[in-house]
Amino acid sequence: MDLSYFITSLTSIQPELMVLATLLVVLVFDLIFKQKKTFIPYIALAGLVATFFFLINQFGISQTAFITSEETQFGMFSLDPFSTFFKFIIVVSSFLVILMSISSSEIKNVNSRSGEYYTLIFGMILGMMFLASANDLILIYISLELLSLSSYVLAGFLKKDRRPSEAAMKYLIFGSISSAIMLFGISLFYGLFGTTNLNEIASFGSVSGMETITLTISTIFIFAGIGYKISSVPFHFWTPDVYEGAPIPITAYLSVASKSAGFALLVRFVRVGFTNTTLENGFWMLLDGFDWQLFLTIIAIATMTIGNLIALWQDNLKRMLAYSSIAHAGYLIAALVAFNNESLLAILVYFTFYLLMNFGAFYVIMVVKNKHNTEDINDYDALGTTSPFLAVVMTFFLFSLSGVPPFAGFIGKLYIFIALVDAKLLVLAVIALLNSTVSVYYYMRVLKHMFLTKKTDTSKTVEVDLFDKVVLLALAIPTLVFGLYFSGVVNLAQNSINILGF
Amino acid sequence: MDFPILTLITFLPIIGMIVILFLKSEQKDAIRYTALISTALQLLMAVFLLMNFNYQAAGINDESSFQFVEKVRWITIPNISWLGTIKIDYFLGIDGLSILMVFLTAFVSFIATISSWNIPKQIKGYMAMFLLLDAGMMGVFVSLDFFLFYVFWEVMLLPMYFLIGIWGGPRKEYAAIKFFIYTLFGSIFILLTMIGLYFSATEMVDGVRLHTFNLVELTKAASYSADGILSAANPNNYRFIAYIFLFVGFAIKIPMFPFHTWLPDAHVEAPTPISVILAGILLKLGTYGILRINFAIFPEITVQLAWWIGLFGVINIIYGALVALAQKDFKKLIAYSSISHMGYVLLGMASLSVTGISGAIFQMFNHGTITAMLFLIVGVIYDRAHTRGVEEFGGLANKMPIYTGFVTVAFFAAIGLPGLSGFISESLVFIGAFGYTTTRILTIVALFGILLGAAYMLWTLQRLFFGKFNEKWQALTDIDTREYIMFIPLTIVIIYLGIQPSLALDLMNTSVKAFVQFINTAGF
Repeated sequence: MDLSYFITSLTSIQPELMVLATLLVVLVFDLIFKQKKTFIPYIALAGLVATFFFLINQFGISQTAFITSEETQFGMFSLDPFSTFFKFIIVVSSFLVILMSISSSEIKNVNSRSGEYYTLIFGMILGMMFLASANDLILIYISLELLSLSSYVLAGFLKKDRRPSEAAMKYLIFGSISSAIMLFGISLFYGLFGTTNLNEIASFGSVSGMETITLTISTIFIFAGIGYKISSVPFHFWTPDVYEGAPIPITAYLSVASKSAGFALLVRFVRVGFTNTTLENGFWMLLDGFDWQLFLTIIAIATMTIGNLIALWQDNLKRMLAYSSIAHAGYLIAALVAFNNESLLAILVYFTFYLLMNFGAFYVIMVVKNKHNTEDINDYDALGTTSPFLAVVMTFFLFSLSGVPPFAGFIGKLYIFIALVDAKLLVLAVIALLNSTVSVYYYMRVLKHMFLTKKTDTSKTVEVDLFDKVVLLALAIPTLVFGLYFSGVVNLAQNSINILGF
Repeated sequence: MDFPILTLITFLPIIGMIVILFLKSEQKDAIRYTALISTALQLLMAVFLLMNFNYQAAGINDESSFQFVEKVRWITIPNISWLGTIKIDYFLGIDGLSILMVFLTAFVSFIATISSWNIPKQIKGYMAMFLLLDAGMMGVFVSLDFFLFYVFWEVMLLPMYFLIGIWGGPRKEYAAIKFFIYTLFGSIFILLTMIGLYFSATEMVDGVRLHTFNLVELTKAASYSADGILSAANPNNYRFIAYIFLFVGFAIKIPMFPFHTWLPDAHVEAPTPISVILAGILLKLGTYGILRINFAIFPEITVQLAWWIGLFGVINIIYGALVALAQKDFKKLIAYSSISHMGYVLLGMASLSVTGISGAIFQMFNHGTITAMLFLIVGVIYDRAHTRGVEEFGGLANKMPIYTGFVTVAFFAAIGLPGLSGFISESLVFIGAFGYTTTRILTIVALFGILLGAAYMLWTLQRLFFGKFNEKWQALTDIDTREYIMFIPLTIVIIYLGIQPSLALDLMNTSVKAFVQFINTAGF
């Protein structure tokens, strides 16, 4: 491998390099200008805007980079529209999380450490962006660890309280165990195939005999690492505690960006490593050896059902949204079970809308917490009269999350059901639909507290300042508009389903 | 049709809602008059539709004979190899099945607006939600694209939740969430069938066959591809399951036994005008959906299941009446009588005959006006006495003579006394259902429903208005001007259609004939 090739490969990772550069700038700025920490978020925002432009330049390009062996044409890093779409989601949610952090009183209270905070966020971004493109088990593992290590610290960033510390500890222990299991799975894979490149693994074709058992075990082991990132059952136990203990911006970030990176990884792992051709009608041919369909069906049903049922009993809104995000992961896994191009379309469309509505809901929780330092559902009583603006936008987000027209979340769900019905997976579709009916109950419970419950003490109004209002409107208006007119998003997603190698 | 009258009639309430949102909460009268003007204009447009309606155009499965059609491409997502172009039309139009329902929606909404005049709190939010609900209902009746239909269908949920939940009675929160979850449960089944139909059928657009949500195209066997999961041509199709799914979705709205348990709760807790809307219009959405979608798209299964539909109709009639007989709460009594009366609609539909289906649609209209009036009657007494216990009253006839007069008209109309509109529609249902051998026995059983209906209605009349006067109610006053304005138009419609039913029946005649002929050719 000569140097010129290395430099060509670097052009494929321009956005990642931009993120890295911003990380370094933030770090150095923090060291030099100790008194001007309030500038740091704006540097971070500028870095993200630059990254965004690099991403736009890359949109539509499919190429491989960092080829490790001369035989195949596929390297460690795949630049393709699919990964670029996920990087858009990651960058946009990072932008939102920084806006949230600017406004969050939890983060303001620890302003002296804001240099570390933003550096760590950029560490997460870097990990996630590599994860979305990683085509090699080694790179997958490294970027997963980069992502995880940064998020362990961020989850416990408010180290003076008990809850955040507990959350970070739990996160760390669960995280290290699943990543150890994953690493073991990867080593078994290497033993089976003699390579860590996903394309080369697929080129081995089907496995049979005793190897099937090894493959099954090692695949499940690797899934442990992925399932932990997307918080699917049974790797979800950390989610509620971490979501509850982490600062709200980080919770929102984990539930959207980190989860999207995990899904990008899952999709690429299944698609590149375990399928070889695409049929004319968009369905994928799965290789024999591991029954992904059965495995993911079980995981999907368990994830959405458990997520929804436990969410019914939560009084802490952050915790409730944590369980609801587990349920949403279940719907997304269900979409993947169809194993066709429509699954990809559904996942991309769903994530776009999920970004808007989930961030929106967490933003409202943050604004309330800033004022009253509470996340308890009972403290939302009569928010509809004390702060109509917040209550109305929250209604938008919650209706959208429950998937009721005319909000964007409905379109996301619609595409998932389209994928399922087209693949004739009617039982799974019915279970998913029943689940979304159950989910309506706990979203409506919040509405009940906001609008229907009377409160004797109406002095606790929540004033929303202009900054928060603008951000909330920027999330709420698309939530409604995309529900009525969604061609743009779907069109973009349709053009982004190309995974390198197919 | 150049002038987009159906768009206007649907979205006019939304314009009213937006105006209201810009008014201040203190400007109560401005808010009320905005709502009143919106619904009044809507009613005027509905009258205009009636006057310009072409009695000879059938509609049903022929797109060209729908009236006031508006068809614009709403969403286009261009083609990629594996998933064809996705297109969704903004497609509105009416025919003989829907014209009466459009008029009913406008008429009852107008009456309900007047009835909402004295809503005690948060009138701004109330009227905004009320108008949104109005738009959603109207949208369902005029949509001819399944996707659009579904969006309007779900849009109704949100305002209804708040209207019951904020302005309702003591157990409003329970009733609101029960209503919401129940109807949402129903609509997810509709959604699933909608997606299945979309994948099975195509429509010719600009020389290319595209998947379609067009409800008119979906009625044609030729639209379906041979391997679609809901194509009759496919031997392994899921049409039967899809039919049941859709039917359950709509049956919850009717509500049909055993999916009726949300209705009494919703009615008892809802404020009077919302009960009026609920009984007057919302329940008809269920039966309308069954006619427009179940019957027209799955005729062969309709024929197969006609007896079962009739059976559930009869269960509704008898069960609703028996439970009504046992009620002590006036409003709950009317709610159960409403379940009973919706049973006639189902029975008429099951007869698959011109007489029966005309009777069913006419019964939908008459039930809309009569039950609306009954709930207003409950509202009048509740406003004054703050109780609805039937047995707490007695001898009110002397105290409130004019009120008693209106009540008597409404009760007799509900029983089906000749000369009032309810009689015509119920007779048509019975004649139609008796004429069809499959439903003949059921009809005979259903006739007992009339007897039970007379029993609970007359008994209630007696308990409320005759007998010994309870001195406690010395202060009750007879109805005021606003209540006159609500009752008189309803009474006129009820009496006039009882004397000259052809006014309504002629509107739907051509369509129903075509509809029955279509089901009988496609279904057997």
